[in-house]
Amino acid sequence: MALTREEVEHVAWLARLELSEEEIVRFQEQLSAILEYARMLEHIDISQVPPTASVLPMRNVMREDEVRPSLPRDVVLANAPEKESGYFRVPPVLEDTE
Amino acid sequence: MAQEYEVIIGMEVHAQLLTRSKMFCSCSADYVDAPPNTHVCPVCMALPGALPVINKAAVEATIRTGLALNCRIASFSVFARKNYFYPDLPKGYQISQYELPLTTDGWVEIEDDAGHPKRVRIRRAHLEEDTGKLVHMDGYSLVDLNRAGVPLLEIVTEADLRSADEAYRYLRKLRTILRYLGVSTADMEKGAMRCEANLSVRPKGQKTLGTKVEIKNLNSFKAVRDAIAYEVQRQVRILEEGGTIEQVTLGWDASRGRTFVQRTKEEAHDYRYFPEPDLLPLEVSQEWVEALRETLPELPDAKMDRFVREYGLSRKEAWIVVEEQDVAQWYEAAVRAYGAPRQVYNWLTGEIFRYLNEANVPIDEIRVTPEGLAELLRLVDDGTINRNTAKSVLQEMLATGKDARTIVEEQGLAQVSDEAALASIVEEILAAHPDEVRRYRAGKKGLFGWFVGQVMRATRGKANPDLVRKLLQERLNE
Ligand SMILES: [Zn+2]
Repeated sequence: MALTREEVEHVAWLARLELSEEEIVRFQEQLSAILEYARMLEHIDISQVPPTASVLPMRNVMREDEVRPSLPRDVVLANAPEKESGYFRVPPVLEDTE
Repeated sequence: MAQEYEVIIGMEVHAQLLTRSKMFCSCSADYVDAPPNTHVCPVCMALPGALPVINKAAVEATIRTGLALNCRIASFSVFARKNYFYPDLPKGYQISQYELPLTTDGWVEIEDDAGHPKRVRIRRAHLEEDTGKLVHMDGYSLVDLNRAGVPLLEIVTEADLRSADEAYRYLRKLRTILRYLGVSTADMEKGAMRCEANLSVRPKGQKTLGTKVEIKNLNSFKAVRDAIAYEVQRQVRILEEGGTIEQVTLGWDASRGRTFVQRTKEEAHDYRYFPEPDLLPLEVSQEWVEALRETLPELPDAKMDRFVREYGLSRKEAWIVVEEQDVAQWYEAAVRAYGAPRQVYNWLTGEIFRYLNEANVPIDEIRVTPEGLAELLRLVDDGTINRNTAKSVLQEMLATGKDARTIVEEQGLAQVSDEAALASIVEEILAAHPDEVRRYRAGKKGLFGWFVGQVMRATRGKANPDLVRKLLQERLNE
C-alpha cells in the first residue's frame, strides 16, 4: 500500500515540516514501507480484544487540588529565543485558526 | 405565500472550572491578575519528560456537572490528545477527551419560543485543558502561559435549538446551573465561559439538513443572540435568492454587527486524536458518583418548582428570583423573616431590583438585609408609616445602611394618624378651595382624588391615607 505524494505532503504540513522534492520522494517510499510492515498487525484476530487505552494495571491516578510554587519567571523564559516584558515573543499570529 | 424556514442550532460551550490548581500540574489556576508567565512549570510549558497528573477536583466538578445536566456518568473514561499547532499551545496538542468522555446523554430544560418547556439534549460534557493567551503587537505576538492547563469543561448539545432566543435562554440556563454548582463563574465577559454555535437553515418541511456553518468567538450573551439572528437572516436571504450556503467557520464582529468568514472548508482541521499515553484511564465507581450526587445543591429547576408551590409565584416570577442563587437566598430569608411571599416578591423585584440595576451591584453587596426589609414592612403594617413613605425609607436604607426605624425617627416620617389633627387640615383645605367643593357637591366626583392629594401634600405625604379618605368623605358628603 503506497502512500500518495499528497498524503506525504499533508502529513508534512500537519507536522509543519518543509520537505524538499527529493525528501518527498524518499519519504513516500520509506513511509510506505513502514506502513506495509505495520500491516502485519491486521492479520491478528482482535475481535475478542477490547480497545486498550493503557497496558498498565493502574487506574485513577490523581492528585489533590493543591497549589505548589511555579517556576521563577527567569527560568521559564531562559530558553526563549525572544522575550519581552515577561512574555515569550513570537512571530505575528495573524488569524485565529483555533 | 412566503416560504418559511427552519433554523437548526447546536451549541458548544467551554467553561473554566473553579479549581485552585491547573488540570495536570500544581500551578495556580488563578491567572486573571497574575503577571505573565508566573504560573508556569515544566508540565504546563511542556518541557520534555514532564508528566501530567490529573486534578481530582476537576474530575469531580465534571461529574457533578454531568449529574446536574442529567447525564450518564461513564464508568470508564479516557483522556485523548488533540493534535494541532498554535503558539498558545505549548505541547503541540491539547489533552482533551474524545471517544470515552466522562459524561454523556443528558438534557437541560428551557422554554421554547412559545413559552412551553423543552428539553435541549446534551451530547457530552468532557474535561480538557485551556490554552495560553496571545497578545497581538505591531508585527509580532506575545505569549503568556498562565492560562495554559487551566481545566475546561466542554459541554456540547445536540442540534435541538431552533432560534437565537432559544440559544440565548439555553446559555443563561446553563450559566445558572454552573453557578449553582459552584464549578465555574461562567462569566462570559471575562472569558470564563466561551461559546460556539453550529447553525443551518432549511425550508420548512425539507428532510435533509442545510449546509452547516460554525460561529466562533461569541463572548457575551448578547453576541450569541445577535450573531445567530444575523446569520439566520443572511442565510435565508441567500436561499430566497436561489443561492447556496458555503460551509465555513465564521467570526462575529460585534462592533459592525455582522459575521465574517474565518476559515473555509478546505482548511479543515485534522486533529489525529489518540488516547493520551501519559495518563491512566479513570474508573468511576457507582459509590463515587452517589457520594458526589449528595453534594449537589437544590438545582434551579427544583427551586423554581418549589417557589411556585410554596410561595404561590408563577413559573416566570419564580425564575426571576431563582436565576441568581444569591437573590433566591435573599428572597427566602426575607420571606422567613416577614411571611407574605407575594408582598416580599413585589418589594424585591420592584424597589430593590431597580436599585441593583441603577447601582450595578449584586444583591450580596446591598446594605439592606432581608430582616431589614421585614422590619420596614412591619412599620407599614402597624400604621407607623404609609406605603409611599416606606418606598422612600427603603431608598434611604439602601443608600445609608441605616435601619428603617432609625430613618423614620430621624426624619419625622411617622404617619399622621391623629384624627383631630388631620380633621383640622381637611377643614383648611376645604376652606381654601370653595370652588372645588361646590363642583364636587354638584356631582363632579372625580375631584375626590384631588382633595386626597391636597391633604397628603399638606402633610408631606405622612398622612394616613385611609383616614384622610374617611374624613373627606364625611365632610364633603354631609
Ligand atoms: Zn504548571
